[in-house]
Amino acid sequence: METKSIMIVGVGGQGSLLASRIIGNVLLSQGFDVKVSEVHGMSQRGGSVVTYVKYGDEVCSPVVNKGEADIIISFEQLEAARWLPYLKKGGHLVTSTQKIDPMPVITGAAEYPENIIGKLKELGVDVIAVDALELAEQAGTAKASNVVLMGVVSTKMPFDESVWQQALEQCVPPKFLELNKKAFALGREVK
Amino acid sequence: MAFYHERKEIDMKKLMLGNEAFARGLYEAGCKIASSYPGTPSTEITEEAAKYDEIYAEWAPNEKVAMEVALGASIAGARSFCAMKHVGLNVAADPLYTAGYTGVNAGMVIAVADDPGMHSSQNEQDSRHHAIASKVMMLEPSDSGECKEFAKAAFELSEQFDTPVIVRLSTRVSHSQSAVEILEREQKELMPYEKNPQKFVMMPGNAIRRHPQVEERMKKIAQYAETSPLNRLEINDTKIGVITSGAAYQYAKEALGTKASYLKLGIVNPLPEKIIRDFADRCETVYVIEELDDILETHCKKLGLDVHGKDTFSLMGEISQAIVREKILGEKAEETVFPENVPVRPPVMCAGCPHRGLFYCLSKLGVMVSGDIGCYTLGAAAPLCAMDTTICMGASVSGLHGFNKARGADAEKSSVAVIGDSTFMHSGMTGLVNIAYNATNSTVIILDNSITGMTGHQQNPTTGKNLKGDPAAAVNLEELCHAIGIRSVRVVDPYHMAQTEAVIKEELAKEEPSVIISRRPCALLKYVKHNPPLRVDSDKCVGCKQCLKIGCPAISIHNGKCVIDHTQCVGCGICKEMCRLDAIKD
Repeated sequence: METKSIMIVGVGGQGSLLASRIIGNVLLSQGFDVKVSEVHGMSQRGGSVVTYVKYGDEVCSPVVNKGEADIIISFEQLEAARWLPYLKKGGHLVTSTQKIDPMPVITGAAEYPENIIGKLKELGVDVIAVDALELAEQAGTAKASNVVLMGVVSTKMPFDESVWQQALEQCVPPKFLELNKKAFALGREVK
Repeated sequence: MAFYHERKEIDMKKLMLGNEAFARGLYEAGCKIASSYPGTPSTEITEEAAKYDEIYAEWAPNEKVAMEVALGASIAGARSFCAMKHVGLNVAADPLYTAGYTGVNAGMVIAVADDPGMHSSQNEQDSRHHAIASKVMMLEPSDSGECKEFAKAAFELSEQFDTPVIVRLSTRVSHSQSAVEILEREQKELMPYEKNPQKFVMMPGNAIRRHPQVEERMKKIAQYAETSPLNRLEINDTKIGVITSGAAYQYAKEALGTKASYLKLGIVNPLPEKIIRDFADRCETVYVIEELDDILETHCKKLGLDVHGKDTFSLMGEISQAIVREKILGEKAEETVFPENVPVRPPVMCAGCPHRGLFYCLSKLGVMVSGDIGCYTLGAAAPLCAMDTTICMGASVSGLHGFNKARGADAEKSSVAVIGDSTFMHSGMTGLVNIAYNATNSTVIILDNSITGMTGHQQNPTTGKNLKGDPAAAVNLEELCHAIGIRSVRVVDPYHMAQTEAVIKEELAKEEPSVIISRRPCALLKYVKHNPPLRVDSDKCVGCKQCLKIGCPAISIHNGKCVIDHTQCVGCGICKEMCRLDAIKD
């Protein structure tokens, strides 16, 4: 099988590491060769962060380059726009509608683009926009929006729901498991 | 049956970060002692090693201490380890170069993690230069599976050749996860310790006898490298031949697949001769693909081989499969670009960060700020812009002394050094000794957030806990500064900006050196209780943007009014102190 690439993008602190671990465990349980590449250190402090997940028969490079991602999962609108060049022609973009102003916007040095999702659709990109923050708060905490998006993405990938549930159990501390399962279920209901 | 077999095989493999796999390798190799100083991207090796009860693991105050601990343990007969980032190896270079002479008793392994692309570093140095200069063997794995295997091989080779062995990692190897096979630990008893001054007392008379042995050893290892399984040939189409190592091997293989043949070098110092010559002879065009400097290429050219290297690839940053495809095959992927400017999103101090209040005061006072390495380096960014220099760990303190000696009394009254608690213990203390001893009226601010922040919350000698989280002796910073000879030591809470600003002004005015300890635990620490998020009374807010001057990521302006993001705000109250109209409410 040809190597498939997924990118998880967002703002440092939004929980992309947990998301990549959940997907990584799902893929490993299906017998794929898997590589997941993370960012630690300074970029984690509220900067733009990206995590790569790749799977197939034999994965070499752990990173995804421009035009290579089959799926981009974005935790924030501006980040969806930023990483768009990495999406493969015909790839899927799943994004939270959450907006977080970056510092140049806060200081007035730049403007946050208007109607990002509409513009992405105009470009012919297959976009699924989800108010993941709202759904996560429904599940009990804004912090679970990463798992809401996992729920959305799980419906776009050919693996049984039980496999995702198992991965959640492996990756989420028992204390927060119920809450995250609820967030995941809400994500799966998104059409 | 077949199904069962398949499942079993999968179950034995685990997805691990390169660093986690390296720690597993330490465990399986029977490593007993690990001492490190945290540094991205190397930190998790030692954190993961500490999870095995059989390994004693500690955070040392700096990399030099860590390496000396590891060498001491090796001399005592225990397999030992230390880890650091690339710039950490500069700090530990002193023991390294002489450990190359003494060799080891039990195996000693050093992991050094380079950061091509500078994801979290102040420079892009290539650690292979240290291996060459210190005449120490260096290995380079290319994924998590190899991290574990190479860690184990490094101990064997260390004992076989009587040398410390360095394993060079890089960000993409350290921080990528791939499948690793889990095996049992090999039980290693302590090797006997025998006094051997000819080997371990490096005074000139002994060292001069060790040096020929070092040169002899390098020849033997180079010989071993000719046939070692760590250096691997993959022969496919021979029109293109690639000589490579580490992460670059993975990029080359993804880009070129079976269109090229590969000589993958797992031993990057010393380099073999014959297998490189034979490989180059078999291939039509040979590319050397290596990240950062041209070390493999220079070796090939020294052998008189016609290879392409840095004429094709950059000396800077990371390589990728896209770069290899473009440079060698002339192929470029199609991309869709967002039609408008996408503002950059640089890293920022977190909401509630205790450094923010202090840096706002420094920014307001307009003083020269001699900076250092840590989360607080972000004080250099807009809108605070309160940092003039950042060089290396500890340089804030010693650099300020030099600055003030050069520019005199006026500078002393308008300049400060800022340094974190962990960085101060690492190498700031000695600079402060110099300030007291050689007398400048310098003002040093220790940003004590009770943790090593940037690398992800490691304990340090000031926190009262050790690596495992158990109680430990805590350095009392006030008493330490007094003992060094600084009489004026003040403590402030950076959440109270008026008080902080007043104290800075007073200390700058004094005709003596002084230390201000800006003390407040990191807002991300689990035990730190947060206040409920603040909110803006939009009737009172006039959109004057005064509160935006502190650069808090939780505050932005929408439709002419300030808004506080309740998912980020931790209620630190700094913005409240900024607002002149009392528009920010609990």
